Parts: sequence; structure tokens; C-alpha cells
Amino acid sequence: MSKAASQQSPRDPALGVAALLPPNPDPLLNQTITPELIRKHGLLPDEFELICKSLGRQPTLTETGIFSVMWSEHCSYKNSRSLLKGFPTEKKGETKDYGRVLVKAGEENAGIIDVGDGWAVAFKIESHNHPSAIEPFEGAATGVGGIIRDIFTMGARPVLLTNSLRFGELSSPATKRLLRGVVAGIAHYGNCVGVPTVGGDVYFDASYEGNPLVNALCLGVLRHDQIRLGKATGVGNPVFYVGAATGRDGLGGAAFASRELSEASAADRPAVQKGDPFMEKLLIEACLEMMAVPGLVVGIQDMGAAGLTCSTCETASRGGAGIEIELDQVPQRETGMNSYEIMLSESQERMLVIVKKGREKEIEAIFEKWDLHASNVGTVTDTGRMVVKQHGITVADIPANVLTDQAPLYKREAKEGEWAINARKWTPAALPDLDAKGVEAALSALIASPTISSKRWIYRQYDNMVQHGTAVGPGSDAAVVRLRLGDAEKFIAISNDCNGRYCALNPKRGALIAMVECLRNLACSGAKALAMTDNLNFGNPYKPENFYQLSECIQGLAEACRFFDVPVVGGNVSLYNESPAGSIDPTPTVSIVGLIEDEKHITRQTVSTSGSRLILLGGAPHELGGSQYLGLCHGIKAGDAPEVDLNAESLLQTFLLTQIKAGRVIAAHDISEGGLMVTVTEMLFTPEVGAPNALTLGAALDLSSLSASRLDALLFGESQARAVIAASSVVEKELLSLAASVGLPATTIGEVNASGVLSLAKGSIKTQWNVATLRTVWETTIENAMRRPGLN
Amino acid sequence: MKVAVLQFPGSNCDQDAFHLFASGLKVNTKYVWHKETSLGDADLVVVPGGFSYGDYLRCGAIARFSPVMKAVQAFSQQGGVVYGICNGFQILCEAGLLPGALIRNSSLEYRCITCALKVETSTASFNPNFLGASVKLPIGHGEGNFRIDEAGLARLEANKQVLLRYENNPNGSLSDIAGIRSEAGNVFGMMPHPDRAFERFHPSMDGLKVATAVLATKFPELLKHTA
Repeated sequence: MSKAASQQSPRDPALGVAALLPPNPDPLLNQTITPELIRKHGLLPDEFELICKSLGRQPTLTETGIFSVMWSEHCSYKNSRSLLKGFPTEKKGETKDYGRVLVKAGEENAGIIDVGDGWAVAFKIESHNHPSAIEPFEGAATGVGGIIRDIFTMGARPVLLTNSLRFGELSSPATKRLLRGVVAGIAHYGNCVGVPTVGGDVYFDASYEGNPLVNALCLGVLRHDQIRLGKATGVGNPVFYVGAATGRDGLGGAAFASRELSEASAADRPAVQKGDPFMEKLLIEACLEMMAVPGLVVGIQDMGAAGLTCSTCETASRGGAGIEIELDQVPQRETGMNSYEIMLSESQERMLVIVKKGREKEIEAIFEKWDLHASNVGTVTDTGRMVVKQHGITVADIPANVLTDQAPLYKREAKEGEWAINARKWTPAALPDLDAKGVEAALSALIASPTISSKRWIYRQYDNMVQHGTAVGPGSDAAVVRLRLGDAEKFIAISNDCNGRYCALNPKRGALIAMVECLRNLACSGAKALAMTDNLNFGNPYKPENFYQLSECIQGLAEACRFFDVPVVGGNVSLYNESPAGSIDPTPTVSIVGLIEDEKHITRQTVSTSGSRLILLGGAPHELGGSQYLGLCHGIKAGDAPEVDLNAESLLQTFLLTQIKAGRVIAAHDISEGGLMVTVTEMLFTPEVGAPNALTLGAALDLSSLSASRLDALLFGESQARAVIAASSVVEKELLSLAASVGLPATTIGEVNASGVLSLAKGSIKTQWNVATLRTVWETTIENAMRRPGLN
Repeated sequence: MKVAVLQFPGSNCDQDAFHLFASGLKVNTKYVWHKETSLGDADLVVVPGGFSYGDYLRCGAIARFSPVMKAVQAFSQQGGVVYGICNGFQILCEAGLLPGALIRNSSLEYRCITCALKVETSTASFNPNFLGASVKLPIGHGEGNFRIDEAGLARLEANKQVLLRYENNPNGSLSDIAGIRSEAGNVFGMMPHPDRAFERFHPSMDGLKVATAVLATKFPELLKHTA
């Protein structure tokens, strides 16, 4: 124990109970902790009791603040942790060449997966929903900044970003304001920091009105020997604070994120942080330079949610050590900040670094090169306690592991809501089937709906090419990025998915579909899945129907992960996603990273030449429940989510990947929202390079050989385990017989031509569309909604 | 043949520019930190893209004061070839090495798309004979809207200083200007990114030709090799 710590020890061994701490230098912080103050900190009376028992005394106000953030849902996962234990965190199958989990979920700031030849990727998704609801630009921007720090703190260079966004209906002015702000915020941060935003998914649904979802993912690359951990070890090692100065912004952001949004939330604006991507860029470079010096860095952790508090107690707890810091050494943006404010500030772009004793000068020199603060704020101790001092006076003294590991765990009451039970009973029996005119109108409407239409207006605002590794950018089933690994290279694919509508109707199935669709997207792009990260966005867990959804969705994800042997390497839980109108649709967003073994296997969802045969893989559909068609054309959000057959999925995906590797597939696109017709139509929307070309691609479809009880279900139903591939006429027969030999239904449904017309025949029903017209509508839906007069 | 790629705090296309020359054209390429006061034995200085100093003030307005920029000024005065891409173009305009200025895109939004560019007849290498009538290069900028006063524009046109023009103007640039050169013909600047158009999987590989055209200013023998 250091000399200073022993002098200030709050425990009186003679009494066996802890003595009170000395008065705080700021008299404001010496007030008695009343039940009202406890409530304001989001702590339950029982939790406060537990705190007093752990400390052997009442906490001070500073300590109460520290507990309130560390025991918030955001940091402690107290309402979800027991459920998360069901996730597989390691790969069971062969991992000789790649796929081994090097850092597991929950152990560190992000999980790490081996990609072979001594290289690895670190990746994780995290939400910034509540800040974005209040202040969309800064909320989204700092969400990006936070997840980037989670990645480079592991020693990895960030190489790509994706995001998963959910908004209310695009027709609402509030949605437009949020969409504009969120997209501009992501662009502002990602573009400046120089990490390409290569993909994402966006849905518009009334359930997200007032509570948008902003989930950001970052992936970084590193060599196995570059992995750094957030552990404080080695008594006497100095603790450095690097990066931006601490201000009063984002006070208690983690606690704020664990409450429902209300009309009064706008008054919480000071709890939303402000980002500085330039500072982050410097921090990335300085930290990677520092970590490249052998033996210099003992441990490192970013200051994200709960800032200095979380980084000190987590590194101490992981390292089985203690940490003592002096707040006077913390760079401060404002004068007169007290210990409560400094400890709870969520000022951005800050890191905590534990450095090898005696090598302080080396780290100082690196940060001076980058014009950044590097301040020695404390030391690693052997007390197991987080001791915080200001002006030499102890203001907090808490066992580190009590903060990190001993938050109470809850299993809330789970009961399915009446709405879902009733909605699932719906059948299409009373719904008239479509005629030719109806088919024509339905496809035109679906293509123009914001959820299905092109997200070009969004992703052209993101720098999706910086670092020059983007092989398939936004707008395809999966993004593909080339990783430069020394002199070698590898290609990885990444996809995000989650249909909240399915999850609302049938949470477990919805979660299974999120997984299988994401995997299908990867298979369509030519990739083999490596690992998954998830962002669980749900409503208030105290409401039994919400906890039921959370529990069912986690079970669904876990089941699919085990079935496909895709380990979970980390993620985020965001609860309390509610607005005055109610809870959001449950949205367990899934992101899966896959490896493409050879550049030749990269496959896109669009065709670029005429003559290819279009082949439907998978069975003829019969389902309409939860479809975009029902929602858009009939205003119905009902029926059961599509059935999931994991074996059928596996069969389809294995076939896709095998045939792609064999070079028999020109393009592949999975069938999801909007069904078969939307899939085929999108395959004709080849990205334009440069000036718009005169688009001449068309397709002639004849579905007469497919038996279907309903035309609407055949064309627009969203049954799973299906994809459409384009293949040359030379290999068509071979593909069909190969599919038959493994028991996978496969049917040629048409041919790509240069007519500029998409025509459809199904028995006596015949209709057609002009592809250029469809494309214009598809590309400009969001653009037109977001257009500002006088600007172009 | 030696290329120096400058690095400012906030440069983020420095690696892209480095690999365009080092991997794409197999030219000896090195980085030069902005606090350096010498460029060494470089034949070509590349000012790369990014957000130097965060671009919180006018783009490039702070970077022009970095120590290395004095060396770049001297280098260009002695006829050295200087090439600014994106933020590098903005920095060269701020430094007075190129005329004009770049303001916010007319959409007030960042744009990351691939553009078709009309090749103008400007130098021995920047002309349709060498580059073809049109090249396709990605852009990625929020402030690429080129502006210059009437007399300045007249001079650019009269001297044939315009290198490339957008076929479909993405940012409101005057006269569709995407890239220019100095009157003396040794300083080049453009918003489009040849450093994102040189790999098999890029939207085009025209970046190799454009970068060669810049190098050919100093090494005219490159024209013969490629032609």
C-alpha cells in the first residue's frame, strides 16, 4: 500500500467498521444522502442498502454518483446479464486456420477473432439511442466516437464502421429532423476521423417515433501480439490520463441512458456529450504509436460511459488491483469542478493508460508529438480499492470489484403482451388476393417505401472509401472490405440485420430471423461467418411484456448462434427505449463478420449484363405475416413472423457459398423485406459509376411453374431460407441438378435482358414495369423527402 | 523518382496517397511529418486528403502555417512538383500556391460518390491524348465547391489551367471545375481522389493514369512508356 493511501485509510481496524470520509473540499457535496437523492440517482432503496453494507458506512454524494453510473443498466447489465449467459462465446468447430475467439465477450472492451496468419479483428456494436433522441447530431457523432475508442483501446487500427438506424415514419417532421441530424452526426465524426462507413441498415416504423435507434459498429485490425487489455497490474505503475480535458458535459450519461425518455428529457441536454473527431484522430494515432512500443503499455481503457469512474474501477477490478488517483492532476476544461463532476463527466476522447513504471518520459514524448495531454494522475495499488482524492483529500474509497461485479442481478417478471398474442391470430383469409393491376401497384409502392428504397441519400454523406479498402460499399447485401495485413491482404464481409416487426409479433422467431438473414447476406456475398456482435434494443424491462421480449429474443439469437457455430464476441444492451407513445418494437440488432477466402469469391447483389438466368433458391412461399406488403398496402401489422427452419437455412447458405466458390454465381441477393419481386427488381439496379447511364437492363420473369395458394404471398411474402441468384445459361442446368442433389428447391424464374422492362407472367396474370422508372422512385424516395428548398 | 507524402494532424488519406504511389505505381515513397522543415530529396510532394486540424476553421487554413509548408513553398518556387488531393487542394489554395478557394458544397452535405470527369487539354500529360476524354474518380468532401473571381476564372481558362471538370457537377463548383494547376505548371490540385481508384476492386483504376500524369511533369519519359 502506498504511503499516502495508508495515511488516508478510512477504515478504523479497532472499530471493525469504516469511518466516514473527511469532508469534501466542495461543501455542496457534503449534504446528507436522502431517499430523494437516492431516487434521483436511479438507485433503488435495496441497492442503496447494499452499497452501505459493502462500504461499511453511508456513501458520500460523490460515491453515490459513482455507484449510480456503475450500477446503471448501461454499465452493469443488471436486468439482462442473467439472460446473456445463454450466448455461446467460443467456436466449437475447426479453428486451425481462422475463427478462434482470442478475446471473449464481456472480458474486455471488445471481442477479438483470429482471421489467420497471425492477424485478428476486434469488433463491437454499441447504442447511442437516448442521446440521439435528444440531440441527434452530437448523440450520433459521439456514438461513433465511443465505439471507435472501444476498438483501438484493444490495440487494433479501426478500419470500418457500420450503423443500424431506426426511425419513425419518414412522413413525420420529427423523423426528418432526427434523420438529418443523426446522418450528419455520423458523417461528421466518421468522415473526419478517417474510418469508412461501409454499410448499415435503416428501417422506418411508427414504433420508433420519438425514440430512434442509433447503433454504431466499429471493426479494427491487429496482429495477435498487438492485443492490449484493460487491466491495471503492477503495483506502483503510473496511471496516465490522455486525450481531451474534462468538462461538465455528459454528466451521468450512463444513468441517463437507463431511464425512459419523457417530455422533460430535453432538460437532460447537458447529459449529451459533444464530440471532437479531430481529437479522436490524434488519440488513435498517438495510442497506436504508444502501443507499438514494446512493453510500454501495461493496460489501457477508453473513458466512455461513466468516464473516469468506469475506466479506473474496471481496469483495477480486471487486474485484481487497486487504483489511486488525484483529481488535481486531471486536465480540466473548466475551473472549479468538484469531484462529483470530474468523476461522472462523460467528456469525449479520453483514455486511461497504465504505463510501465520508469518509462513515463516515453509516453509523454509521444503525446507531445501529437499535441495531446498526457497527465500522470495516479498509481496502481494492491488494495483492490478505487481511491479518489482531490487536493489530497480522499473523496471516494470503494472496493473496485463491488462497482464492477457486485451490482445486483435481476430476473424481472416476463409475460407476453396481449397485443402480440392477438396480432398473431390474424390470417389472410379475409384479404382479397391481388390481380394484375394490384401486383403492378404493390411492387411500385414497395420499391418506393422508405424502408425498402435505396439509402443513397444517407450513405453518400458518409465517407465510405477512405483507407481505400472498400471492395463492396453500402447498398449490397453485405459490405466487403480488404484488410491490408503487412504485405498480405484478406477480404472480410459484414452485415447488419433485424426486423423489429417480426420481433414484435414473435420475439424468438424475429431474433432467429435476424441471425439467419444476416448469415444469408454474408453467404450471398461469398463470405463464411466468423462471429457475431449484437445490440439489444428493448423497452423498459420492468414491464413484463418487454422483459418477455428480451428473454425470448436472446434465446432466439443464442439458438441460432449455437446451430451455426457463430460465437458472440460482445455487444450492448439498451433498455428503456420508450417514448410517451409506448415501447419500441423489440430490436435485437445483429452484426456478423465473415471472411472471404479469395477475392474472386466477392459477389454482389446486382447483375451488370443481360443474358443471365435468374434462379430462385428455396421453396415457394405461402406466408404474409409481418410483411412490408401487409403493412404498406393494407395498413396491417399482424400475423405470425415467417417460419424459421435452421436446417433449410443451412442447406441454402452452404449451397450458395459452394456455388460462389465454384464460380457459377454471377450475382446473389437474399429474399427479405418486400419478398421475391423486390429482390429481383433490386438485382437490376446496378450501381452507376460516374454519370447516370441510360439504363437498359430488364428481366422477363415467368413464375408459372411455382405453385402458390396466393399470388400476393408468392410475390411479396417474406418466407425465409430463400435467395435469387443470377447465373450464366451455360451453368444453369448444372446448378439446378446440383441443388436437386442436395435437396434444395431451385427453379429458373426468368432471364435478365436489355429491354429496360421487368415483365412478370404467372399463369394468366401478366404485368410489367419500366425499370428506369422503378429505379428513379427507389433512389429518390428518401432524397425527395429530405430535400431542402434552394439546395441541391 | 521519389515521392514525399505530407502528414498533418488530421490527415486521413495519407496512407491512401502513399499506396497509390508506392503500391500502385511502385515509386519510392515516404511520409514527411508536418513539423519537418525539409523535404529531403523528394521529386514530388503530395499533400493528401483528410481533415487537417479538424477543418474546424476554413479547410486548410491552419495547415498552411505548419512548419513543412515553408519548405513546400520554397520547393515549388524552385519548380518542384506539388500535388494536392482533396484537403491537400484546399491547403494549397489557402497557402496561395493555387488560385481560388473551396467552399461548402451547394447541397450543404458531404458527398462520397464516383464522378465522371472530362479531361481538359492543359499540359503535356493532362490532356485527352494521354488520359482519355474522360476519367472516373471517387470524390469525398463537404467543401469542394470551387470559387474564384471573374478575372481569376478568365486567367485559368486563358492559360488552360483547368485539368478536370465534373460531367455532372456534384458540389456547385464554378464552371464544373474539379482540378487545376498553377500558372507555372508545377503545382496541381484536385478534389477527386486518384488514391481511391487504383486497385482491382476500386470503382475504376483511372487514379494510376492521373497520378502518372502528375509525375510526368517532372519525368516526361513516363509519357512514352504509357503511350
